[in-house]
Amino acid sequence: MSRLQVVSGKGGTGKTTVAAALALALATEGKRALLVEVEGRQGIAQLFETEALPYEERKIAVAPGGGEVYALAIDPELALLDYLQMFYKLGSAGRALKKLGAVDFATTIAPGLRDVLLTGKACEAVRRKDKRGRFAYDCVIMDAPPTGRITRFLNVNDEVAGLAKIGPIHNQAQAVMRVLKSPETSVHLVTLLEEMPVQETVDGITELRAAQLPVGRVIVNMVRPALLDEAELELGLERTPRTAIAKTLAAAGLGGARGAGGRLVDPLLAQAAEYAERYALEGAQRAVLAEHGLPLHELPLLADGLDLGGLYELAAELREQGVRNS
Amino acid sequence: MSVDPARDPLDVDALLDDPKTRIVVCCGSGGVGKTTTAAALGLRAAERGRTVVVLTIDPARRLAQSMGIDSLDNVPRRVKDVHGGGELHAMMLDMKRTFDEIVEAHADEDRARAILSNPFYQSLSAGFAGTQEYMAMEKLGQLRSRDEWDLIIVDTPPSRSALDFLDAPKRLGSFLDGKLIRLLMAPAKVGGRAGMKFLNVGMSMMTGALGKLLGGQLLRDVQTFVAAMDTMFGGFRKRADATYRLLQAPGTAFLVVASPERDALREAAYFVERLAADDMPLAGLVLNRVHGSGAAGLSAERALAAAESLEERNEEPAEDAEDAEAGAAAEPAGENLDASGIVDQEGGKVGGRNSSESEAPNSPEASGSSLPTEDTDSGASVEQLTAGLLRLHAERMRLLARERHTRDRFTALHPEVAVAEVAALPGDVHDLDGLRAIGDRLAQTSDGGRA
Ligand SMILES: Nc1ncnc2c1ncn2[C@@H]1O[C@H](COP(=O)(O)OP(=O)(O)OP(=O)(O)O)[C@@H](O)[C@H]1O
Ligand SMILES: Nc1ncnc2c1ncn2[C@@H]1O[C@H](COP(=O)(O)OP(=O)(O)O)[C@@H](O)[C@H]1O
Ligand SMILES: [Mg+2]
Ligand SMILES: [Mg+2]
Repeated sequence: MSRLQVVSGKGGTGKTTVAAALALALATEGKRALLVEVEGRQGIAQLFETEALPYEERKIAVAPGGGEVYALAIDPELALLDYLQMFYKLGSAGRALKKLGAVDFATTIAPGLRDVLLTGKACEAVRRKDKRGRFAYDCVIMDAPPTGRITRFLNVNDEVAGLAKIGPIHNQAQAVMRVLKSPETSVHLVTLLEEMPVQETVDGITELRAAQLPVGRVIVNMVRPALLDEAELELGLERTPRTAIAKTLAAAGLGGARGAGGRLVDPLLAQAAEYAERYALEGAQRAVLAEHGLPLHELPLLADGLDLGGLYELAAELREQGVRNS
Repeated sequence: MSVDPARDPLDVDALLDDPKTRIVVCCGSGGVGKTTTAAALGLRAAERGRTVVVLTIDPARRLAQSMGIDSLDNVPRRVKDVHGGGELHAMMLDMKRTFDEIVEAHADEDRARAILSNPFYQSLSAGFAGTQEYMAMEKLGQLRSRDEWDLIIVDTPPSRSALDFLDAPKRLGSFLDGKLIRLLMAPAKVGGRAGMKFLNVGMSMMTGALGKLLGGQLLRDVQTFVAAMDTMFGGFRKRADATYRLLQAPGTAFLVVASPERDALREAAYFVERLAADDMPLAGLVLNRVHGSGAAGLSAERALAAAESLEERNEEPAEDAEDAEAGAAAEPAGENLDASGIVDQEGGKVGGRNSSESEAPNSPEASGSSLPTEDTDSGASVEQLTAGLLRLHAERMRLLARERHTRDRFTALHPEVAVAEVAALPGDVHDLDGLRAIGDRLAQTSDGGRA
């Protein structure tokens, strides 16, 4: 199991949710996981129903069996100032830079610079050791930018090479890349069983591989329950006489076969036909995903929305599907 | 179907047919169907006689292909197979190209070359958060000034927040106009200006610190870039302001698109409030991917209870048959009633069809418990099947209730907003027929027709 787990995917597919569930799953049984967020959106705090996270590692959840999940919202501005302080003892000049908008500048005009800071902070946490020489965290899980930007985001080296050819930023980028391109890192993609997210996932896999970034798992999120199986769909839609269904509905007390019960048949079959179409589409998208030889996982759609309890359910589901820290 | 007393339906056709409508902007959070809605509106307006251009951003690949706009040349193309008297043109925004074109149009050749090859320009044009929004506005301004279309439909970038579309151009503007940029430009101008002494103090500290951080070469690149862009800053801001004013003009209509989900409708509410604050004309809300049911009279609870009783019967064939017969007795017998089917539940074949799929016994739980017969159960019995249909229905009714609940929360907050509901089609929308189907649903003003 890689120590840096990066979670990407199309917007809205559940990156933040899956990253958090993954952190819980990996922290289970006495491990310690750090969940980091890089887009300044406080998604983790919302999910765990806590107040906004400061730029500081703090414990936000206990995993089953005594593990701990810490969280950190990396703020690029603060990371830059941190970095300046650490390497240059800039002190008040650092504050002046901020006041002038230099930090804003460095982090907006050159997204590559910002990304070096963000990934750099995450990699630092991956490598950090305590006094006894043990890793501070068993693993670091990153709620990363969406698929469309993930390769550029992680490939800071290429991005920065054009900007800083020598100097400390350049060196930092190199150090980051050594971690990111190693087996220590694994990039997972979250998707839904719909055409656009699957297409993005496929494109993402191709891009990541081309950039020699290690692709890990594909996690299909919000999978709807299979309410009718193949045999039922076939039998129901094509072979069963409508009168038999009408009678069965009547027998179940839903009104006479020629009356109220009978009138249900058409709409119920129409719903089944829609279901069948979606079922076929989902099957086709599953097949597309399966072509890439990556481990596939599926997480259910939690019908009543997602709360903290639901998050633990998803974590348990991941563990059942073999995602664990061993 | 419920009647919604307080709510105005949105009259999409009236909006599209009104010659005074010149720009329709589709906005909303990511993945809700903005692009689909924009394309469907464009097609509908064209087929109702208008000359339309649709500016799409990041369309699904197959949708772009079906409209013939999958090549990225950044100019509108006429869409084929549009019925009726109007014309539909469509394009897909290429943000980098749009940026390059601005540079080429507003700087002399040498300066343009210097800008285009500068690593900072490359980084900015490809990746600055907000560049896409800014370029969409820019393109809208360009299309409008060409005056070749009487209706422009604009899609907005897939940002996480619907508000980004309105804010990004200003952010880019103020960024390009910022204090630091002025400072960085100073060395290129040293000599000329009064008051530079003061700035120079700040400057040397600044360049010192930045130089340390970035390395000298990088700082020089920044300065060259900033100096080269200098002449264009004013232009950027002026055009962004002009487009912003265009959005406030009477010929513009905003449509906020949302799916009936909590997050999407929360964004929609922010957007509605923001439009009002900025005097931007809101035409209404498009609630996309709404589910309906033709059997809405049957509640989830009753459907589930019935499904359970059917499944129980299925496990006790003898009693089951009697009950079924008793239940159906009031009704005239159907064609299959006295064929072996209903009595012979374990066989699972109503009407005694003894088909070839018996070699695939894949529902052990249904038949396994009692007498294992020769005549094994291959598919599902009618009871199981009907129970499945009822469970499916219960699921649908729960979804309907959730969607209705989130929608009602929005309407309670904004009763003034007209709403058009678009049914969720079972598959994705990726051709003109799909767009027509969406268009028809958009224009259906009552919600009685929800699929
Ligand atoms: N398995 C699930 N069941 C039910 N709801 C879910 C599930 N996974 C995610 N959600 C919900 O879907 C929405 C989007 O999830 P989330 O915020 O994790 O996505 P994201 O990919 O991080 O989005 P963004 O691209 O905006 O960062 C949230 O409202 C979340 O609660
Ligand atoms: N009413 C609908 N029924 C079924 N699928 C839809 C509907 N509206 C949109 N879609 C599908 O949803 C996906 C996202 O739609 P899109 O218009 O690209 O969203 P956005 O532009 O808001 O990101 C597409 O695959 C599209 O085909
Ligand atoms: Mg997120
Ligand atoms: Mg779109």
